[in-house]
Amino acid sequence: MSGFVSIRGLRKSYGTFEALRGIDLDVAQGEVVCVIGPSGSGKSTLIRCINLLEPFDAGGEIRVDGTPVVAGRALARVRAEVGMVFQSFNLFPHLTVRRNVMLAPRRVRGTSVAEAEAQADRLLARVGIAEQADKYPNQLSGGQQQRVAIARALAMEPQVMLFDEPTSALDPEMVGEVLDVMRDLAGTGVTMIVVTHEMGFARQVADRVIFMDAGRIVEAGPPEAVLSAPEHPRTRDFLGAVLNH
Amino acid sequence: MDVFDTFLNLEVLARTWPLLMTGLWVTLQLGAASIVAGLVLGLALAMVRLYGPGPVRAVARVYIDVFRSIPLLVLLIVIYYALPFVGLRLSPFASAMSALTMVSGAYSAEIFRAGIEAIPKGQFEASAALGLTHRQTMGDVILPQAIRIVIPPLTNNSINVVKDTALASVVAMPDLLKQATQAQALAANPTPLIGAALIYIAVLWPLVALVSRMERRFGGAGAR
Repeated sequence: MSGFVSIRGLRKSYGTFEALRGIDLDVAQGEVVCVIGPSGSGKSTLIRCINLLEPFDAGGEIRVDGTPVVAGRALARVRAEVGMVFQSFNLFPHLTVRRNVMLAPRRVRGTSVAEAEAQADRLLARVGIAEQADKYPNQLSGGQQQRVAIARALAMEPQVMLFDEPTSALDPEMVGEVLDVMRDLAGTGVTMIVVTHEMGFARQVADRVIFMDAGRIVEAGPPEAVLSAPEHPRTRDFLGAVLNH
Repeated sequence: MDVFDTFLNLEVLARTWPLLMTGLWVTLQLGAASIVAGLVLGLALAMVRLYGPGPVRAVARVYIDVFRSIPLLVLLIVIYYALPFVGLRLSPFASAMSALTMVSGAYSAEIFRAGIEAIPKGQFEASAALGLTHRQTMGDVILPQAIRIVIPPLTNNSINVVKDTALASVVAMPDLLKQATQAQALAANPTPLIGAALIYIAVLWPLVALVSRMERRFGGAGAR
């Protein structure tokens, strides 16, 4: 069986350090997968390989909707189908919020200005910041910026959304508003792969939780199983350390 | 009184003023043309230097280093006096503009490169993740941000280009300095030279002040 996102034998080394030591993973269409694990376990590297922000070692293979993820012509097509939200937002500071959302549809899809504008306003309303459309990113709070970043990624109508620790750079009181948007999104049938430290979110929203350590998938399964009754001692140690705070 | 009659003789200045103005016009034309051409060359060099294929990148790097090392006056004299030996005879204006452009392009390239490298990696990654091509990433995301960073140093470089136009007087270019030395000879009085110096200052001081202001505004800790 192979998934909508299918990963086979994925390895990634930096010199002698192996960040990923052979990952096999299938994610079905519409599935929400949360990836947890200690820092340095390779979870960010894993999702950055899916849209080739991080090149991986020869021999590994990633396919998105059947299309292999390789450098070259087809890559832009894959990237247009795969949205990404970063820990540090990475909004374009010289463009207004609305223009941030409009840019990719205009340039990559050739959407008309009027259409892109209408779509941007719709998406900004959906993430709850319609009234900020004419501001610049640095005039917004972190939580608002991250919601803009989600709207910007959604503007390409991606099949898959990758979230790379989307709430880790936020002040605690803003984490909730971003998770709410992501929870709504999960209900719409978009395939989501979320690297996160938010165990509550993983428990509530994920169809599957994956625990990574030292470049390998140690344990995977339904959130209740992995988070409440982990089989592997490494998972137990990690969850013990995280949940006791 | 004597000093004024010699160095700031208003009667001589008035008589030679039209000559100085034609010289200033030539200086400004040469300066503007070289600045624009240098910026275009510099941006192209910076792109090749950063993103070109290996060998081309090496050529760009060598070009930039060579033209930052060669004294402008030497380059100008080579172009004007040596190239005719291989059949390439350029007018004084073309010689001066070529030399100024080649050198200014090398400096501009380094300024553009520094500006582009100052843009956080996340901006490139966000653009790539959205499916933008390299060209779109540059045009829509990176350069608009880099321009703000490079405007002060590019203005500085432009000031240098305008000052260096004075070197063109050695290849018989009728620029401000050349006209002033000629006027001085005609009037047998150094006042036109003083006048020329004051005109250079009057033209460039505002730009120098502008750069200082921009550097204070963009360079401060509050800059985004």
